[in-house]
Amino acid sequence: MRRRLMRALGMIALALGMVIVGRGPLYAADGSIRIGSFLAVTGPASFLGDPELKTLQMYIELINTDGGVNGRQLELIHYDSQANPKNAVGFVKRLIDQDEVDIIIGGSASGETLAVMPLVDKAEVPFISLAGSIKIIDPVQKWVFKTPHTDRMACQKIFEHMQGEGIQRIGMISGTGGFGKSMQGQCQEVAGDYGIEILADETYGPKDTDMTAQLTKIKGTEGIQAVLNPGFGQGPAIVTKNFRQLGFEVPMYQSHGVASKKYIELAGEAAEGVRLPAAALLVADKLPDTDRQKPVVVAYKQAFEDRHGAGSVSTFGGHAYDALFMAVEAMQRCQCSDAAGVRDELEKTAGFMGTAGEVTMSPEDHLGLGLSAFRMLEVKGGDWALLD
Amino acid sequence: MLKVLASPRGGGLLVLIVLIALLPLGFQNNFHYDVAIRVGFNAIVVVGLNLLIGYAGQISLGHAGFLALGAYASAILTGSHDWPPVLAMLTGAVGVGLLAFVVARPVLRLKGHYLAMATLGMGMIIAIVLNTESQLTGGPDGMSVWVSFGVAGLEANTPRQWYWLVGALLVVWVWLALNLIDSPFGRALKAVHGSEVAAEVVGVDTTSVKVTVFVVSAVVASLVGSLSAHYISFISPQEASFFHSIELVIMAVLGGMASIYGSLVGAAILTVLPQVLTAFEDFEHLVFGLVMMAVMIFMPKGIVPSLGLWLAGRARRPGGEAAP
Amino acid sequence: MLAELVQFLFAGLTAGAIYALVGLGFGLIYNASHVINFAQGEFVMLGGMTTVFAAAAGLPLAAAVAVAILVTVAAGLALEMVAVPTRNASVVTLIIITIGASISYRGAAQAFFDKQFHTLPSFSGEDPIDFLGAAILPQTLWVLGITVLIVIALQLFFHRTLLGKAVLATSHNRLAARLVGINVQLVLLLSFGLSAALGAIAGVLITPITSTNFEVGIMLGLKGFCAAILGGLGSGVGAVVGGLLVGLIEAFGAGYISSEYKDAMAFGIILLVLFFMPSGLFGKRTTERV
Repeated sequence: MRRRLMRALGMIALALGMVIVGRGPLYAADGSIRIGSFLAVTGPASFLGDPELKTLQMYIELINTDGGVNGRQLELIHYDSQANPKNAVGFVKRLIDQDEVDIIIGGSASGETLAVMPLVDKAEVPFISLAGSIKIIDPVQKWVFKTPHTDRMACQKIFEHMQGEGIQRIGMISGTGGFGKSMQGQCQEVAGDYGIEILADETYGPKDTDMTAQLTKIKGTEGIQAVLNPGFGQGPAIVTKNFRQLGFEVPMYQSHGVASKKYIELAGEAAEGVRLPAAALLVADKLPDTDRQKPVVVAYKQAFEDRHGAGSVSTFGGHAYDALFMAVEAMQRCQCSDAAGVRDELEKTAGFMGTAGEVTMSPEDHLGLGLSAFRMLEVKGGDWALLD
Repeated sequence: MLKVLASPRGGGLLVLIVLIALLPLGFQNNFHYDVAIRVGFNAIVVVGLNLLIGYAGQISLGHAGFLALGAYASAILTGSHDWPPVLAMLTGAVGVGLLAFVVARPVLRLKGHYLAMATLGMGMIIAIVLNTESQLTGGPDGMSVWVSFGVAGLEANTPRQWYWLVGALLVVWVWLALNLIDSPFGRALKAVHGSEVAAEVVGVDTTSVKVTVFVVSAVVASLVGSLSAHYISFISPQEASFFHSIELVIMAVLGGMASIYGSLVGAAILTVLPQVLTAFEDFEHLVFGLVMMAVMIFMPKGIVPSLGLWLAGRARRPGGEAAP
Repeated sequence: MLAELVQFLFAGLTAGAIYALVGLGFGLIYNASHVINFAQGEFVMLGGMTTVFAAAAGLPLAAAVAVAILVTVAAGLALEMVAVPTRNASVVTLIIITIGASISYRGAAQAFFDKQFHTLPSFSGEDPIDFLGAAILPQTLWVLGITVLIVIALQLFFHRTLLGKAVLATSHNRLAARLVGINVQLVLLLSFGLSAALGAIAGVLITPITSTNFEVGIMLGLKGFCAAILGGLGSGVGAVVGGLLVGLIEAFGAGYISSEYKDAMAFGIILLVLFFMPSGLFGKRTTERV
C-alpha cells in the first residue's frame, strides 16, 4: 500500500511539473506583437548570442517607448538554446505552439538554425536567422531569411584580396566547431576559382589551449604565402598569438568570426597586421561621410556602447539589429503582423540599410547582400583600419 | 488478471498507464505533447541505464554515444540509402549491440572512477568521430532526417501519434524491466552490485551478467536515438556529447538508483525543469545547479526511494506496522 | 626537425602542466574524502575570472591574484561543507552533487561576471625565447616553473609536516586517523581549500596564454580528470605524469598525425592503459573486501 502510495506521489510530482510548464500562453493576448527568439546566450557560442540578445532587448525597449509598431507594443520572448540544436527545436516548438509568436528572430549558430527550419516551414512562421551557413538560404526556403553574410562570401572576399596581393599558396587552420568547419569546407570549394591552392589544412578543437603544434606543421610546409584561420571564440586569438610566437613572416587572414574589439584585446600586439573581411560596423567612425551606411552603423555603435561600455560593439549584435529592423519595417509597410503578410513584405525588402550592408531581397535571394557589403580590414595600432 | 494488477509491480504499472492515458486531457497545445514525448524518450533510456547503474552498480558516462550512433545510423541509412526506418533502426541497434559487446569485457573489468573514465573516453571518441567525418555525418552542423518513422504503412507524423507510440513503448519497456529485475537474472544483478567476489563465490558469472546488462542498456539507448532522430527530424554530434551522457546519469540518480519508477520521475523532472527555469533568465543555470545539489543532499538515495523511506517511516510511527 | 620536435614538446608540456595541476586537485580531494570533484575545472575558471575582474576594478595584479585565490578557496570550502557531510551518499550521488556545484559556479560566474572572454597581461612580456630553434613564450616557463614549485611544495608538505602527515593518514584510513586524534574535519577542509587554491593558480597562470570565460572550466576539468585517472587516483606523481602525458599525446598527435583526432588519440591511449593497468599508471591495486 505504502509503496503504491509513494509511486502515486512520484507520478503526481510529474504531472505537477507538466502543469507548471503548461500554464497556457504566459503572455496574455493584449494586442502586442510577439517576437520570439532562441539564442545561444550561454554555451560555446555565447559571445554571439549574448550581444544579439542585448541588441534585441535594447531596441525593443526603445521602439516601445517611441510608441511601438503600427501602434502596438513589441514583446520579446527569448530562450537560451546553448547552441544545442535539440534545445533549439524544443524552444521553437514552444515559441510557435505555446507563446504563439508572430515572428522568430534567432538561431545564433548554423546547426540550430538548420535544425528548426523544417518546423518553421511547417508552422508557416517567418523566421530570420542570425547564423552564417550558406545552407540556410541555398536552396531558398519560403519562410526562412537571414542577415549575416555567408561563410562562402567570406572565403570569396578573402581569396579576392589574396589574389590582388599575388598570394597563391596558403595554409589553413580551422576550428572544429560548426562555424570553422563549415567555412573550412566552403573555402576548399571556392579556392580553385581564385587560383588558390591550400597546401596545409589543419584544425583545432574549440576549447584547445595551444595551437603551436598545428602552426609548426604549417610553417614547415614549403611555399606557404599566407595563413587563413576560420573560427570564432577564443581559438583565433590563441592562433594569432601562437602565429607571432613562431615568427611567421607571411600575412595572416582571419574570418568575420572575430569581428569584435574583443579579438584585438585577447590577441594583443600579436593581432597587428591581421586582415579580415567584416561589415562596415567595425570601422563606423572611419567611413567617409559620403558612405550611405555610415549613419546606420554609427548610430548602432553609439547606442550599444552607451549601454554596454566602450569597445563592446560587435557585428554579431548587428545581425540582430538588422533582423529586428527589417521585420519592423516590413510590418510598417504592410501595416500588418500576420505571418503571411510579414513574410511577403520581408521578401520585398529593398535598399534596407543595415549594419551588414545594403539588403535587397527577392524570392530567389533571402539574404540580399552582395560581396561589396564586406570590407577588408586590417588591425593597425590596436584598432581596425580599412584596407580598400 | 486482477491479481497482477493488485501486486505492487502491476499496481505501479497501472498508475503509469492511467497517467499516460489521462495526461493529454491537460495538454493545451503541441508544445505540451512535445515535452511529454521528450520525457518518454528520456525515461526509456534512463530505465535501461538504471539497470546498469542502479541495479548492477556499474557507472557509464558514455551512453549518449550509443544513443547518437543509433540516431546517425537511422539518419544515414534512411536518408542517403533509402532504407525503411524500422530496418535502419534495427541495423543501428544490432551495430551498437555488437560494439557494446566488444568493448564491454575490457571496460567492465574496471571499477568505480576508472570505469567512469573509460566509458567517458569511449563516448568522447564517438562524439569526435561524428564531429569530424562530415562527409558522412554533416559534421558539427548536424544533418536533417527527412523520412518519417513508420511500420507497415502506419506512420508517426503528428505529435499525438508520437505521444501514443512513445507512451506504449515506455509501458512495455517498464513492464519488461520490472520482470527482468524479479527474474533470476535480476537477482544476479543485485548480487554483482553487492559484492562481485561474493557473487562469484555463490556461482554467479559476474562478467557475463555485467556484459549483458551493458549491451541491453546500450541497445535501448540506440533504439531511442533512432526514434528521436525521426521525431526531431534533426541530429547533431551534440547528441553524443559528454553533457548528454551526464544528463542521462543525473536523471537516473536524481530519480533514484535501482528504482524503475525513479527513472521515470528523474527523466520527467530533468526534462521539464529547464523549461520552467527559463523564467529565471540570467540566473537559470545557477538555480538549476542549486536545485540539483539540494535534491541530492536532502535525498541522497534519489527522489523515489527517499520519499518511499520517508513514507514508510511515517506510517510505522503511529501504526507500528512493519515495512513491506 | 629538431626545432619542430622541441616546439611540440613545449606545446605539450605547457598544456600538460595545467592538466597536471587540475589532476593534482582531483587527487587531493579524492584522498581526503573519496569524492571525485567534478567542479575542479570551475576552480580554474574562478581563479582566472576573479583575477580579471579584480584587476579591472583597479587592484594591482598581485593583489588581484590574492583575491582570486581567496575567493576560489572560499568556493572550495563551501563545497566541502555542503557536499561531504551528506550521509548515506553513494559515490555516484557525490559525483552528481559536485556536478551540480560546477553548474552553480558556472551559473554564478555568468550572472555576476559576464559571458565575454577576458585575458591578462603575460607576467614577463610576449617576446618568444629561442630554444634549439623553437620559439617558447616566457609565460610557458612561468607555467612550468610554478608547476614544479607546487609539486615540490606538496611533497614537502605531505612528508615533512605534521599536518601533511595527518592528511596522508586520513586518506589511508579515516577511522584510524580519528582514533589517533586527527581532526578529520580540519583535514577535509584543508584538502578542499588546497585543491581550490591549486585550481585558482592554474587559472591565473594560463589566462595570459589562453584567455578565460565562464565556461573554460569544463574542458580543463575533464582533462584534469583524465590526468588523475591515467596516473592513478590519489597518486601525486601519477597526476603529474598523467597530465604531462595527456598534453604530450595531444601535441605530438596534432603535430605528427592528425590535429582532428588528437583528442581521440588521448582518450584512446587512456583506454588502452586502463585495459592493461586497471588502476592507472601509479594507482594502488585494490582488493575487494567481502
